[in-house]
Amino acid sequence: MTDKRQKPRGAFFRGGGCAAGAALLAAFCCLCAPGRSAGAAQKDAGEQTVTLRVCSWEEYIDEGGWDEDEVISLGERDVFGEKPLVKEFEEWYYETYGVRVNVEYSTFGTNEELYSQMNLGNVYDMVCPSDYMIMKLMKEEKLEPLSEGFFDTSEEQNYYVKGVSPYIRDVFEENKIDGKPWADYAAGYMWGITGIVYNPREVSEEEASTWSILTNERFYRQVTVKDNVRDAYFPTLAILNAELLTDDAFRNRADYREQLAAVMNDTAPETILAAEEKLREIRGNVYSFETDSGKADMVTGKVLANTQWSGDAVYTMDQAEEDDFYLCWAVPEECTNLWFDGWVLLKDGIGDDVAKKHAAEAFINFLSMPENAVRNMYYIGYTSTIGGGEDGLVFDYLNWCYGAEEDESDTVAYPVGYFFSGDNEDEAYVVTTSAEQAGRQLAAQYPSWEEIGRSAVMNYFDDAGNAAINQMWINIRCFRLDMLSGAQWAAAAAGGVLLAVLVLRFALKKRGYHQ
Amino acid sequence: MKLHFSRKQLGLPYAVFLVCFVAAPLLVVLYYAFTNGEGRFTVQNFANFFTSPNTIGTLCYSLAVAASSTLCCVVIAYPTAYFLARSRLRRKTVLLVLFIAPMWINFTLRVAALKEVLTVLEGNLAYHPFFNTVLGMTYDFLPFMILPLYTTLEKLDNSYLEAAADLGADAAVTFLKVTLPLSMPGLISGVTMVFLPSMTNYVILDMLYNSTYIMGSLIGSYFNAYDWHSGSMISIVLLAIIFVITWATNGFGEEETSRGAIL
Repeated sequence: MTDKRQKPRGAFFRGGGCAAGAALLAAFCCLCAPGRSAGAAQKDAGEQTVTLRVCSWEEYIDEGGWDEDEVISLGERDVFGEKPLVKEFEEWYYETYGVRVNVEYSTFGTNEELYSQMNLGNVYDMVCPSDYMIMKLMKEEKLEPLSEGFFDTSEEQNYYVKGVSPYIRDVFEENKIDGKPWADYAAGYMWGITGIVYNPREVSEEEASTWSILTNERFYRQVTVKDNVRDAYFPTLAILNAELLTDDAFRNRADYREQLAAVMNDTAPETILAAEEKLREIRGNVYSFETDSGKADMVTGKVLANTQWSGDAVYTMDQAEEDDFYLCWAVPEECTNLWFDGWVLLKDGIGDDVAKKHAAEAFINFLSMPENAVRNMYYIGYTSTIGGGEDGLVFDYLNWCYGAEEDESDTVAYPVGYFFSGDNEDEAYVVTTSAEQAGRQLAAQYPSWEEIGRSAVMNYFDDAGNAAINQMWINIRCFRLDMLSGAQWAAAAAGGVLLAVLVLRFALKKRGYHQ
Repeated sequence: MKLHFSRKQLGLPYAVFLVCFVAAPLLVVLYYAFTNGEGRFTVQNFANFFTSPNTIGTLCYSLAVAASSTLCCVVIAYPTAYFLARSRLRRKTVLLVLFIAPMWINFTLRVAALKEVLTVLEGNLAYHPFFNTVLGMTYDFLPFMILPLYTTLEKLDNSYLEAAADLGADAAVTFLKVTLPLSMPGLISGVTMVFLPSMTNYVILDMLYNSTYIMGSLIGSYFNAYDWHSGSMISIVLLAIIFVITWATNGFGEEETSRGAIL
């Protein structure tokens, strides 16, 4: 028995495609109805109802309506999603604080789409973008800092600060923009790393444990890579710097993490030039760039490996398992991209409205209750940033998902203490699991401490760097006339001449009739 | 009381639609195409279009995809439409419906199905991206070619053919000198309906894993990078190309019909 979880119930999208269409639509909407939301909010405040405008990823919150057999029994507690979490928050807030809150929940498909929506006049109070977009918003001073009260551990309802994983807390403290840590502005929601899902019958673990699988000619046209520039640039940099990144001397440096982050966030012109060449080679070798179809293509066996975010990797392996088809997960040796999605409050929306800010922070706390974190994890398949603190529920859920059966013989100990208590040696947080799980869903959902050790966050690049990598991306995707061989030129020219002759003959002949 | 609407009033809903969803967005696109990041007027975007190897290459690639798809459609659709229209089959409407029926099924579903079939046939889709794209476009747009061809060929008066035979033309000459010229309006309208959308329909490329951009995807990628200006300029140039093609073919089309009347 490998995995008790039923398949996650939604298809989720982290990458993007149709941002442009949505942005145009948003542009049009804002032409038609300027300032509508602001007016509505003010009116509601007068009636003692707080309106909270939330925008998050599609399929990124439990929408309730579980079947009765889906109850998750963890010790004496049952976790069950009856109503949508948004609805339950509205009720909980009224019961706890005696104030009515009305959540206007909307969704976006990509970080870029969210940013466009915000720039085109949509006002939100809180949003849930990824790490680099949070950095961009921080840099542009669009974010309202979280209040001091939010971090008060003595307050009973402060579930986030009491429950957030010590590891995540540290990352949010250590990463700074303009000298200010992320933690001042952002509360983590979901997190993960990137890696490779592979078919163990055709691909060895060793072959999958390096980003250079993308240029491995043995898998010509059998590996997919993500269809957006940031997620393609990262593995490209890893391949270019593979020698350095796997060098023990580099690994043992005292400032290894800083150096690693610098290498993986390099946007110097000559680096981008080298990356363009490498990416062209990758393009020539891989099956395709994909946003969402890679999961299905893995399950149906069209490709042998694909680069994937850990949450989607779990989903892919679950799906394959239903067809008795086993896929595995590997984290490349060079390094892996550590990513987060987090809640941030927006100055534009919150303004000076104290009641609104309180409700927004309460919303984060509500989602951080261990029960709700488990519900979200079950529903969307990604890993919550909540470890639960003193509450063992999240760890119980992890055991419920992946813990070995009592009669199972081939088991391994998989420590996750770094996430739950901050100490990976902590014996209270070791999952005893079947040997294969260590290379499959469990490892994707909670990476090992060793894999975390070689992870780097991808920053938001400055405008020049961003423009340069976008241009590079367009360059490698476009067809260029100099790619044509002599024979192809000749064929094209012959075709053109033939067409011209036909059209001319037709036109001349017709004139002849009229004369 | 009897409701009475004047012609003007009846046209109002469409006028509103036209202003809101055609004219206004077009003006926005025009504005972006001829301004730079600071909102100042510039023709730089226009110059970029014709100097960048990316846009020129993509334009050529799109034209190649569109021309190949159109050619395939004509080669398949013309004999089909001819057979359907000229045959004395009693149930030819049923046959026609069979050819049109794919249009009633959502096209992403059809392309997804095509992807599975091609994977079985070719083993690996990624080996033949251009071929697959042309096949996908042909599959998707074929009904748009068959329908107008069928309509014109169906209307073709048999007495012309009899007259040609009486005057000594054999079957081949009759086809070349009578049937083909008379079916030109249908052919042109079919070509317009296939050629233009296949220059920009990047969903088919995405779904069939052709990672080369065509015009539609290039616009999308500029928009994704917040470069509204370059993206808008490409849209405008594309619009101009489409306008010229439509205008030219429409011109032919009108003459054709009038000539048909003179004959």
